[in-house]
Amino acid sequence: MKKIFSLIVRLVCVLFVAAIAVGQTSNELRFCVKADPKTLNPLQVADDASETVRYLTGGVLLRVNRLTQEAEPELATSWKVTDGGKTITFKLRDGLHFSDGTPFSADDVAYTVQQLMDPALHSPTGDSFRSGEGKVLTSVAKGDRITITFPAPVAGLDKLFDQVAIMSARSPQKEKAVLGPYYLADWKAGSYLLLKRNPNYWKQDAAGHRLPLIDTVRIDVQQNRDTEMLRLLRGEIHFINSVDPESFDKLASENAAVVHDAGVSLDAEFMWFNQASKSPLPAYKQKWFHSTNFRRAISESINRADLARIAFRGHAQPGVGPISPANKVWFNTNLHAHPFDQRSALQRLAQDGFRLQDGKLRDSDGHNVEFSIMTNSGNKNRERMATMIQQDLSGIGITVNVVSLDFPSLIERMTRTFDYEACLLGLLNNDLDPNSQMNVWLSSADDHQWNPNEKTPETAWEAEIDKLMHAQAATLDLQKRKQYIDRLQQIAWEQEPFIYLVNRNALSAVSPSVQNAHPVVLRPQVYWNVDELSLRSEVASAK
Amino acid sequence: MMKSALTIAILLLASVVTACLFANFLTSSTYAHQFRDIPDSPPSHQHLLGTDDLGRDRFSRVLYGTRVSLLLAPAAALLSSLLAAVIGGIAGFAGGWTTRLVMAITDLFLSLPWLLLLITVRALMPLNVSPITSVIITFALLGCLGWAAAARVVCADARSLAQSDFVLLARASGAGGFRLLFRHVLPNLRPILFAQFWISVPVFILTEANLGILGLGVAEPLPSWGSLLRELENYSSLTAGPWQFVPLVLLIAVVSCFQIVLHKQELPV
Amino acid sequence: MLSWWKHAARIVATILLGGLLGATLLRTAPGFGIDNEELDPRLNHASVVALRQNQPGGNLLSFYFHHLSRLVHGDLGTSRTFERPVSQLLRERAPETLKLVGLGLLVGWALALALALPAVMVRSRSMDLCTSVLSGILLCLPAALLGLLFVLTRAPVRLVLALIIFPKVFRYSRSLLARSASMPHVLTARAKGLSQLRILLWHVLPTAAPQLLALAGVSVSLAFAAAIPVEALCDLPGIGQLAWKAALGRDLYLLVNLTMIVTTVTLLANSAADLLAQSLTVNP
Repeated sequence: MKKIFSLIVRLVCVLFVAAIAVGQTSNELRFCVKADPKTLNPLQVADDASETVRYLTGGVLLRVNRLTQEAEPELATSWKVTDGGKTITFKLRDGLHFSDGTPFSADDVAYTVQQLMDPALHSPTGDSFRSGEGKVLTSVAKGDRITITFPAPVAGLDKLFDQVAIMSARSPQKEKAVLGPYYLADWKAGSYLLLKRNPNYWKQDAAGHRLPLIDTVRIDVQQNRDTEMLRLLRGEIHFINSVDPESFDKLASENAAVVHDAGVSLDAEFMWFNQASKSPLPAYKQKWFHSTNFRRAISESINRADLARIAFRGHAQPGVGPISPANKVWFNTNLHAHPFDQRSALQRLAQDGFRLQDGKLRDSDGHNVEFSIMTNSGNKNRERMATMIQQDLSGIGITVNVVSLDFPSLIERMTRTFDYEACLLGLLNNDLDPNSQMNVWLSSADDHQWNPNEKTPETAWEAEIDKLMHAQAATLDLQKRKQYIDRLQQIAWEQEPFIYLVNRNALSAVSPSVQNAHPVVLRPQVYWNVDELSLRSEVASAK
Repeated sequence: MMKSALTIAILLLASVVTACLFANFLTSSTYAHQFRDIPDSPPSHQHLLGTDDLGRDRFSRVLYGTRVSLLLAPAAALLSSLLAAVIGGIAGFAGGWTTRLVMAITDLFLSLPWLLLLITVRALMPLNVSPITSVIITFALLGCLGWAAAARVVCADARSLAQSDFVLLARASGAGGFRLLFRHVLPNLRPILFAQFWISVPVFILTEANLGILGLGVAEPLPSWGSLLRELENYSSLTAGPWQFVPLVLLIAVVSCFQIVLHKQELPV
Repeated sequence: MLSWWKHAARIVATILLGGLLGATLLRTAPGFGIDNEELDPRLNHASVVALRQNQPGGNLLSFYFHHLSRLVHGDLGTSRTFERPVSQLLRERAPETLKLVGLGLLVGWALALALALPAVMVRSRSMDLCTSVLSGILLCLPAALLGLLFVLTRAPVRLVLALIIFPKVFRYSRSLLARSASMPHVLTARAKGLSQLRILLWHVLPTAAPQLLALAGVSVSLAFAAAIPVEALCDLPGIGQLAWKAALGRDLYLLVNLTMIVTTVTLLANSAADLLAQSLTVNP
């Protein structure tokens, strides 16, 4: 009898421990990234995986709530922007500590800002603040107030601090000491990263529980999207941040509760013609591409509704201009996508001397209109769009050759040799403020893709755009800025240097076992509120 | 049983070849036209194999793709087999430092990252090449680069042949040098060369498909077997329907049929 | 003794030449010196200029010479795509690739011989047909599709390489063994009534041995070449993935080191096969 009793007790203990162990392992959030992070220094983050680690581990002064798109206090309880956008003063929370115990104070913020703005570091985040030459001054007052003064006004100054993760000035662990909800505990290169709960994280939720609610986060390095999708269906991972349209439809057919279409995002897909004067293209082709009538005609000959419906399976909207309709504050509501009207296109082309003969379009000198569109291989949506544009343009007698190139070759043609005719690419945009596109619209800038680094603006409308961009950066008056940006969008719509094709929807997939997930349009779409996510403890799912 | 298998194989090959030669008459739609109202549709009267993700008739694409691949892949495989035969044969037969030099070159050929050469070739080609030119260049390059693996085996073969009795006899009867090589040694290398040929055909077809990443291979809208096979490479298309697998089944069938038909040729002299 | 030194010297010279040629291929390829991060619209002009200058530039020969002199001290350079020292990357990823290639070669050869030997000895046409069709099917399946099927059926992903190597080795070895089995002395042995096993071990295999050994040497480099797409597609963190990313990312240090490693492995495997073959032909 005694033996049986002790056996039962032992069995119960084992089951109890197993249940706890299972319960513990099931309190781990799992998802995938495409590659290893390139750097753990939050100031030098440029790739997606590093940004993921920074979001999960970095503590920031204020956080832009991805759902409401408003700035919320984090390490700073309040802030004020003064001096026409040149100065910002933060009042910091006190009594906080880094993950290794080092106390947090305004000196750490000053240290981080000085490191960030170091010109030798060339931090991409730092460059967003660099509106003018000169030193950045920081002054600490009474240990919990810090004033940062920039040499020139910075548009949208406060929301930019969402990207600045505060580093410790004194900790021996350097960048490993963090203020965010998690810290990096283990990293097996090429396989996975393991993040564990930061014991010194200061936040509590409304009910008074210590955040984060999930103990560990495991990030697997997985490039194959099909494997990622299968793992989600099997319950091995909990969400996929960004899903492509085919996988979305496949997942929806398996389990409709898993997929989320958050609506149109800020990302745009567009094509442009090479207008660089340094390009080795023959003169007659350069004449075509420089002509506004030509570009407008091409834009009107492309069926954007079909592109959205077929290439993106309905998970996209026809593109209008540089600002996506999802950006409610800045989008110019007077503008609509160019209509699909090939007759009007031919009339426009006739104004420039183009003629349709025997089904082929010829310019005024008799050359057949033929050009190539290059795009980056590996992106199925873009290859599909290029093939569809090929058929659309054959409707007005233009022969298009679709060339898929690997990314380095593509960039070399785009930025070094200028040996290309048309290019189809996209822009991943996470910033609502149009000032982030300064380097795209300034004619002297490097990212002015159709004709980079112009010494002086080569056309009147580019000169006007330069004036508008400078003007909107110099004022804090939202009304005035909106006027300038509206005018910018109008000019872009009329001149079509970029022919905007579609704005993609933000697609993501979340397992039903994740609670409190609200997938949104801004990145990170699913885990933006990671400290408040929780997992339904299913013993069965821990298999 | 073998006789009937042979007949079936010949019939199948003949029907495939005729079908793709007369592709224009067999299909009403061209391979490029996108029927945008019916993307991803299952087989129907107008579209025997349904339509692909852009609404193009899959049946015409299979026919035209067969035309492209069936012509070019065996040509490239032939080129690589001939190169392997000549280079391996000379190396094995000559002996001495020639063998060592040629084998060192072969080993280098096997180890170098040829992906970069293919990228460079793409860069040297003008952007506006026609799709058929691009695919011909791709297969020609593959043929010129694919000989190294077989050359080594051919060399070992040729070396043992060079020391064999019947070659000594041939030498004794006055045959020398190239005559010996071409009339007596190479025919005996046939089994290896045929094996090389049959392996190369599907390998080149699949490689051409993967070279789409570099801008080589076939350009839209021209189809090739490889580009049709690439459609199968994701999970959503895998479970869409059995008609998606027709290009794969066709490739396997054609390769196997060729093998059955020419089986006798593989046996040694 | 001198011939050993000459042999070793030849191998080293070929490896160095291989590294140089690999570096040349990379330098002449378009897109060398390009960093994807250049397109980040946040960067100002000074940062873009700094990014562009941060490339291993200069003369190809001087670069190679400096690289070799650092190599002697154990410094393999830093990879640009991973931003970590190459030696660290290689150390972390080598075991994975060795496991993959080792398993692939072992299982591939085992399957190939298991099918080729009976096919040759039994001489049944229908068995010939079946094995040919099977190897034909495996040759025609794209590696990505194989990988996907393995993931779907939860099979061990490392065996994908075995299924890629098997049909090639099978085809070659079957032709070699078939030819060897139809040689006069084998027919005589059969006529004499010797057992199948004896014929196989004492007559068929020895004749085909030099070529089979050459095939074994070549299959090692075929396995490494096939490991590159397999690792890239199936997310195995090995050296093949490194090679793929190095070529597509124009990573000079990584590529030069990997080319030299692959050249070394190829040379060693083929030389070993050569030596074994020669020693076999010496013994009657």
